[in-house]
Formats: sequence, C-alpha cells, structure tokens
Amino acid sequence: MIKAILIFNNHGKPRLSKFYEHYSEDTEQQIIRETFHLVSKRDENVCNFLEGGMLIGGSENKLICRHYATLYFVFCVDSSESELGILDLIQVFVETLDKCFENVCELDLIFHVDKVHNILAEMVMGGMVLETNMNEIITQVDAQNKMEKSEAGIAGAPARAVSAVKNMNLPEMPRNINIGDISIKVPNLLSFK
Amino acid sequence: MPAVSKGDGMRGLAVFISDIRNCKSKEAEIKRINKELANIRSKFKGDKALDGYSKKKYVCKLLFIFLLGHDIDFGHMEAVNLLSSNKYTEKQIGYLFISVLVNSNSELIRLINNAIKNDLSSRNPTFMCLALHCIANVGSREMAEAFAGEIPRILVAGDTMDSVKQSAALCLLRLYKASPDLVLMGEWTSRVVHLLNDQHMGVVTAAISLITCLSSKNPDEFKTCVSLAVSRLSRIVSSASTDLQDYTYYFVPAPWLSCKLLRLLQCYPPPEDGAVKGRLVECLETILNKAQEPPKSKKVQHSNAKNAILFEAISLIIHYDSEPNLLVRACNQLGQFLQHRETNLRYLALESMCTLASSEFSHEAVKTHIETVINALKTERDVSVRQRAADLLYAMCDRSNAKQIVAEMLSYLETADYSIREEMVLKVAILAEKYAVDYSWYVDTILNLIRIAGDYVSEEVWYRVIQIVINRDDVQGYAAKTVFEALQAPACHENMVKVGGYILGEFGNLIAGDPRSSPLVQFNLLHSKFHLCSVPTRALLLSAYIKFINLFPETKATIQEVLRSDSQIRNSDVELQQRAVEYLKLSSIASTDVLATVLEEMPPFPERESSILAKLKKKKGPGAVSVELEDGKERGECVNFNPKPQRTSTPSPSADLLGLRSTAPASGATPSAGSLLVDVFSEAGPSATSAGVNDDGFLRFVCKNNGVLFENQLLQIGIKSEYRQNLGRMYLFYGNKTSVQFVSFNTTLNVQTKTVEPLVEGGAQVQQVINIECLTDFIDAPLLNIKFRYGGALQNISLKLPVTINKFFQPTEMAAADFFQRWKQLSQPQQEAQKIFKASHGMDTEVLKAKLLGLGTALLENVDPNPENYVCAGVIQTKAQQVGCLLRLEPNAQAQMYRLTLRSSKDTVSQRVCDLLAEQF
Repeated sequence: MIKAILIFNNHGKPRLSKFYEHYSEDTEQQIIRETFHLVSKRDENVCNFLEGGMLIGGSENKLICRHYATLYFVFCVDSSESELGILDLIQVFVETLDKCFENVCELDLIFHVDKVHNILAEMVMGGMVLETNMNEIITQVDAQNKMEKSEAGIAGAPARAVSAVKNMNLPEMPRNINIGDISIKVPNLLSFK
Repeated sequence: MPAVSKGDGMRGLAVFISDIRNCKSKEAEIKRINKELANIRSKFKGDKALDGYSKKKYVCKLLFIFLLGHDIDFGHMEAVNLLSSNKYTEKQIGYLFISVLVNSNSELIRLINNAIKNDLSSRNPTFMCLALHCIANVGSREMAEAFAGEIPRILVAGDTMDSVKQSAALCLLRLYKASPDLVLMGEWTSRVVHLLNDQHMGVVTAAISLITCLSSKNPDEFKTCVSLAVSRLSRIVSSASTDLQDYTYYFVPAPWLSCKLLRLLQCYPPPEDGAVKGRLVECLETILNKAQEPPKSKKVQHSNAKNAILFEAISLIIHYDSEPNLLVRACNQLGQFLQHRETNLRYLALESMCTLASSEFSHEAVKTHIETVINALKTERDVSVRQRAADLLYAMCDRSNAKQIVAEMLSYLETADYSIREEMVLKVAILAEKYAVDYSWYVDTILNLIRIAGDYVSEEVWYRVIQIVINRDDVQGYAAKTVFEALQAPACHENMVKVGGYILGEFGNLIAGDPRSSPLVQFNLLHSKFHLCSVPTRALLLSAYIKFINLFPETKATIQEVLRSDSQIRNSDVELQQRAVEYLKLSSIASTDVLATVLEEMPPFPERESSILAKLKKKKGPGAVSVELEDGKERGECVNFNPKPQRTSTPSPSADLLGLRSTAPASGATPSAGSLLVDVFSEAGPSATSAGVNDDGFLRFVCKNNGVLFENQLLQIGIKSEYRQNLGRMYLFYGNKTSVQFVSFNTTLNVQTKTVEPLVEGGAQVQQVINIECLTDFIDAPLLNIKFRYGGALQNISLKLPVTINKFFQPTEMAAADFFQRWKQLSQPQQEAQKIFKASHGMDTEVLKAKLLGLGTALLENVDPNPENYVCAGVIQTKAQQVGCLLRLEPNAQAQMYRLTLRSSKDTVSQRVCDLLAEQF
C-alpha cells in the first residue's frame, strides 16, 4: 500500500502532500520535513530506495524517490509494493503531468494544486493503484476538463471576461509571479532518469 | 492539446499565491495568510450568496494555505454544500477539500454521507467516481456502515462502467482494511474473483489489489483465484509487446499487473493441480529467459519495468522454495545484478538474496557471492545499499564463514554510518556468540567491538559477554588476561572498564601469578580509570574492589585506604557513598570466612536466549515485538538479566546470610495498644491482614533493610530503606521482568505516597520513595497495593511493607551493672514478654549476632554471666515517646531451643518485638 505521496522542491517547500493514512496536521508537516531531510542529503545517482523515517513507521516502510529538476517526488510505501513498480508509477505520474500541463514545471504544481490532485486521483485511490495506463488517465482528465469548460461557458463567462479586462490593464502582471522560478522548466523530461 | 489550459486559471488565486511567494520572511507570509483567511471568512459569512466560481476559488486558497502547514478550521460547511451542487466543477472541488481536510472523526460525516449516497445513485459515472474516491479517502467506520453493503453490488453489476468498477474495487478494499467486520463478501466472492478475467485491464489492475488483500485474510475462500491468476499471467507473459496496446509500458506488456499477479500468488503455496503448476513454471522460466535477452530499448524505464517483473518472479520462486532448478537460476540472476551498474538493481539484488539465503536449496549458492557482498559493504557509495549488504552478510553467515564475516563487519564498523552502527554492533555480537567455536575468539571479538564502537554497544551486549565468561570456566583466564591488556590502552571506553571491572573482580586471581599483572597492578589499573567514569561504572568498580579484598588479602590495606578517602566515603552520590561505607565496614568487621561467603564467585547464569537477539528483534519494529508477545518462553527469559554483583552490593553484612524461610505472620496475637504509626498513616491503622495480602517477604525484613520484597514472573519489587531515630525512608524499586511495558501502573498505600510513573517499560525499573515517621508504637504494617496492566490483564498485588517497630531502635551501649539495674526496674509482669521456641535454622554464633545487630539494638558483650547467651539494649524512638528495651536470648544448643525475653517500659512493645524476633531464629 502507498502510505503517502509527497512532492517538494529543492528547498523543502511542499508542493503536494497526500496521505492515505490518517495523521494529525502537525505530524503530516513533520513527516514532510523529515522526509525532505532524508531525501535531500543523498547524492545524485545513488539508489532510489531508502528506509522510511521514524515518523512514518521506520524500516517497515520504504521511501521511493525520484528527483526531477527542482522537484522531489517521494512515494512512501509498505512492503507489499514492488519498488521498481513504484518507480515506474512515479514516471507515469510525471509523464501524465507533462502531457496535461505541456512541459510541466514547478509553477504548474503551485498554481494548479486542484488539477494535480485530480490527476493523482485517477492513478491512486485510497493508497492503491487505480490505473497505470497513461492514455486512460489523460482521457479521464480531458473529460473532466470538457465538463468544466461547458459549465464555465454558462456561469464562468462573466468572471473570465472581467479577468481578461484586468489582464489588459496590467501588462506587467506576470512579472509578479516570481519569474526566477520559471527557468526551471523541465526540458526533455522523458530523457530524465 | 494540453489537457489543462493555462489561461483560464483563477486569477485571484494566482495573485494570492504570488503574494505568498514574494513574502520575504515567515512573518510576512503569516500576515498575508491571516489577511486572506479573514477575507475568506467574511466572504463565507456574508449575506451575499457566493457563486460557484468564488466558492471554488476560496476553497482552493484554503487548500493552498493548508499545504503550507497552516491549520484550517473553517470552510468545511461550504465544502459540504458544494457536494450537493449539480455542477461538476463545484462538486469536484468540494470533494477535494473533504478528502484533503476532513478526517474520519469529523462530525460532518453524516452530511457528507448523504451527498455521497445521492451521487452513488445518480448513475452519472463521473459523480459516482467522485463519491467513491471520497469514501476511499476518508474510510471511516460510519462510511463503512453506510456503504459496505452497496459497493460490492456496484462492483459486480453488469451495467457498471469500467472506470466506476475500478473505483468501487479500491473503495471496497479501503473499507475492508478499516472495518473488516462490516465488509461481508459471502455471496460476492466468486464474482469478485472472476474480475481477474475482465476484458478491461484497468479493472483487473484495481481488482487484483482487492483480491490480494482478501486472499491473504481468507485464503481458503479465495483459492480459486490461483488458477485464474496463472492463466492471466501466462497470457500477458507470452503476449507480444504490442498486444496490450496502452498497457504496454516501454515495450513491456502490463508490468504493473504482472507484478501484482505474482504478488497474489505469493499468498498461496505452489498450485496442486499439475497443469496449472506447469503453466506457472513455464511463465517463471519465460520471465527468467527474458532477462537474458537484449533490451528492446535503451531507456531506463524499459529495464525498470522488466526487472520489476523479474524481482517479483524471484520472490515467488523463493516463496515456493520447492523448485531447486528455478532457485539456482534465481540466485544466478541475482548474482549478475550484484555487479550491475544500476544502483537500484544492486540494492534489490542484495535484498532478495537475503531471503534466498534462508532457503536450504540455495544457501550454498548464495554463499558463493560472499566476496562480492563484502566488496559492496566496503565500496558502495550509498548507505542504503551498504546496509543491505550488511544484512545479507548477516543472513549468509554460518559456521564456515563466520570468522571472515565477523572480521569484515568489525572493520566496516570503524567507518560505518552512525545511523546503522547500533544495529551492526548487535549483529556482530549475535554472530560472534552463535558461531563461536572457541570462546577466546568470542571474547576477542566482543572486546574489539567495544574498542571500535563502544558508544554503540548497548548494555545487553556487555551483559552477555560477562554472562558467557561466567558460565564457561575454560575461557575465564583468557578473558581476564585479554581484558587486562585492553585496559592498558591510554583511552579506553567506559564499557570496557565495566567489563574489565567485573571480570577482574571475579577472575583476577587467574592471572595474578604473573608479576606484570599482580593484584596490586590490577587494582591500580582499574583505579586509574575510576575518576573518568560515570556513577554506575564507579559503583561497579567499588564492588570489584571489595571482591579484590576477598581474592587478594594483600590488597586490603590499599583498598581500604581508597574506600576511606573523603571522595568515596563522603561522596555526594548516595549509591557510591553507601557502597564505600558498607564495603569498608564489611572489610573491617567480617571474618575471612564471612567475607569469602559473601563475596563468593558468581554462580553460573541460567542458560537463556541471548538478550541481544531480543534487542535486535525490538529494533526491527512493532511487528517483531508482537511475535514476542505470543511467545511466552521468550518473553519471560530475555530481559530479566542483571549481572551487577547484587550480592556484594547489599549493604547490610547480614543480609545474605539470612536465608530465612518465611513463616506464618505473628499478627493479631497481642492486644494492640492504640494505633501506631508512620506519620502518613494519620488515620487509624489498617485493621487486620486482609485476605490475599502477600506476607512472604515481610518477615524477612525484620532484621534487614534491603533486599527483594516480592518477585513473581512479571514483577520484582526491591526495597532499600534507612532509618534514623523516629524517621525512615524507604525506596521501592518496581522492576518489569518482561519485555512488554506495564500500563496504568499504580500503587496505593493505605497511606499517602507520591505516585509512581504509570508506565513501566519492559526490562525497566521505576522507583518510589516513601518517607516514614513513627508517631507511636505499632503492630500492623502498612499495606501496599499494586495494580497494573500487563498485556490485557489487570494484575493486582497486595503486600505488607516491611516497616516494623524495631526499625526505630537506637542502639544503647551499657555496662553489665547498668544493664542489670535497668532489667530489675522493668520487673512488672506486663513489662516482660517471653517466648520459648524451637530453632528453625542453625544456631551459628555469627549468624545470630548478625541478626541481633540487624534488629537494630546494641549487642552487649560481657554482660551475661553465661557467655552462650546474648543480651541487647536499645531505645525505640517514636514521636510520642521513647521506649527503652532490653533483650536476652538464651540458646540451648542441645535441645535446639531458644528462650527469648523482652523487657520494656511499654507492654505492647515488649510483646511485638518478642513476636517479631521469635520468627527469625
């Protein structure tokens, strides 16, 4: 079973946390910090598996982690999962994100937390793997987006119009969004290990 | 086209997030967040109904704030309202909020359940999936109660969409894990098993997780899944890489499903049906063959997927442990991986080999890789991999290679990572003991262990080496010699000093013949370490010194000198001071014979399972501990082990000479003159000995103050007490002899005491101090009631605390004339109590004297005209008054009888002391 899925950046800022077992909010934050501490101090090119931290159950659990550019993807799993299988699953997750966001980068995860959750929900449910076929996952996400669009077509139109106008008046708006991070686009993600 | 277009995000959200990201300090961030929270709160509370878009935006903001680690204590109601919206986007964000933020105890569950119920019956597959996700994410008991009946129906219904089936399978699994009693498969069993044949691979993928879990709990009901799983697996394995279309991942057909199928088969023994088994063996061979084929792609994903299946297949082969041919192939394959350039594969190969090493078919084959594994331990850059290598060395160790492996592990310890040192130390200690052919090697190994990694050598390890040395006389001389040499190092670890102190104290005589290790040299060597050590080690060394006095009388003067020095006899630590004072006294008053008896060599320890093994199991997490719980044999034996020289540390010289049998209590025989007592018993004293009170220990403490009051299989209660005038202090030590903690530990005295710690960890001891003041004379002792939970059972123990009137004796020295004058003054009949009784023990003079001294009175020499008789005098100090007390004991060796006469100014005192003392001889 997958106990938790954590994504954080190179500085330990959480970008997604999903726990499939119940912990208090404090403990969840501590687990994220502990996991970051364990994962970030490892060299590149060491193996992708390590024993879990004390808070999440110690050596009973394994952390399977992958580092993509600025982001760490960490799955905490118990002994019933295949390590390499989970490693593949992380790859499927990232490739799916990449398809959905067109060259996914850290900012996409920040500004579209809800979407990321929805994509993840198509893959993992209650700690078990629901679907591993990327095309199937994307089909589902697409269907959701269509529904969203059709609904926005009726109710969301005024809001979008307003936002469009505001954007015109604020040509510099994007610069507010900490541009420094945009350079972290994951180039050629598929060639990443 | 990207599935998520970037233009139409929520602007307010984006601005808020940018603001947060631009915050320069934590304080600024918190300020911005609080502002936003206030804003959202006011929006939610406002009169204006929010449109779906705004609700969604605010809920998204809350989610973002939550992710940053801030508590969100509102918005739940708004989220629940979103659930009943007809719009997909609003419903979806509502469910998202709930699955992230609502835990299973929330009061909102009822409302949420209602919304879920509506969505489940909506027949809209998207809504159904959202609802099923929510159940799976929250998974509370209320939800199981509400939906456990409904979901299996959705799962097997013919008209359910595939995507809904997938969600229903995993939802059911989650409910089964949370509340297995509520999920009754019964009639659904066979239809669920047949999902393995489903056309849609996604449904099979989801269903197999459910079936694996159910099979591991009820293997018999689900055993039909074996043949179905084998045929499914065989279809996948033999398919061309393009057959499965979307489920082919980097040229590997359905790797995830293959892994899961192989896992499911690991719940069962090898199939009995020959045809099924044949097909399965064929599959496994195909998988092993494919590993040798050239890769279809250079991408790491291809080899990952391929190897994921391969490792699961190897696990299954190891699980069956019945096909020598496959086992050897598996072992060879793993051997190849041990040298693979992919770190992940080396890691997994080491891990799998660990399990392979325990199979009798392949143990030898695993051993052939020893050099590679040792090399991995030395050269791997990654600590995770090194740790697996150490595990594997431990697993492959046997008598033939123990010396090599232990040597390698020892040398690795010098540079090992701190995080794994303790575990390594335990492993080395266990291997050294398990495969010790000659015990001098064992002693060398453990001493090396202490030298290299002393800080990580836990108590269990050095206890164990002492236990073994004491039990095996062929190694004692060698141990003494080696430890003597080890102690000569300028800086040696404190654990080494402990072992050294103990072993030289016991067996220093074996090397004393050599002038280089003469008694005095040994002593000086030990004492040179004394000042660098902690209190427990110093205490141990003091005990070693008193043992030296017994072993080598020529060191007596030197050691007495040391004991007498202010730094010992006036040490601020109570334990050290007490030992110094007592040992000094013991060495000066006890005769050589007594000394030799008290300080005799320790008897062999009962053979028991190594306490180290228990420790390693404990380190391995709660799983291992629960095994110990079930195994009573292990539980009782592994922890109760205290090699400290208890005998020498008992303070009263008489203590261990009194091998007193417990006899019936002499209670209630005398008229009680008013209630007594120890300050704390301000109310009336306890009436009579209540039924079930344990009296065994009580009478043994009349003439001594320290020792073990009570002991059963679980609990040991030790007492240390001291009295001065009418005051006393008693230390109670509650030792947990098991490896499991006692909870709700609670003691009540029919007087007030400070409470003790409610938890007593396995193997640990807690202490309780009782201050006592004697107000007036008394007969009944305070009752101590102990309650605790061990495992599930409540334990209840009642004991009499050994507080007796004689504890408040102040010895009085007086001359013969004085004594007889007072004796005559106390001649009224009620002032005298007399008993004539048969001796229950030997009538040894020294023993008698020791007991009379232990009573607390002064033993007067040359008073009684008959030198066979004993007379004593003392004053009992109570707050109310002082009671002078004279005693005469007349032994009749021929008749083995005693006559005991007590005279005191108070009749109750005479009677009570007489009763107490009469039980002691």
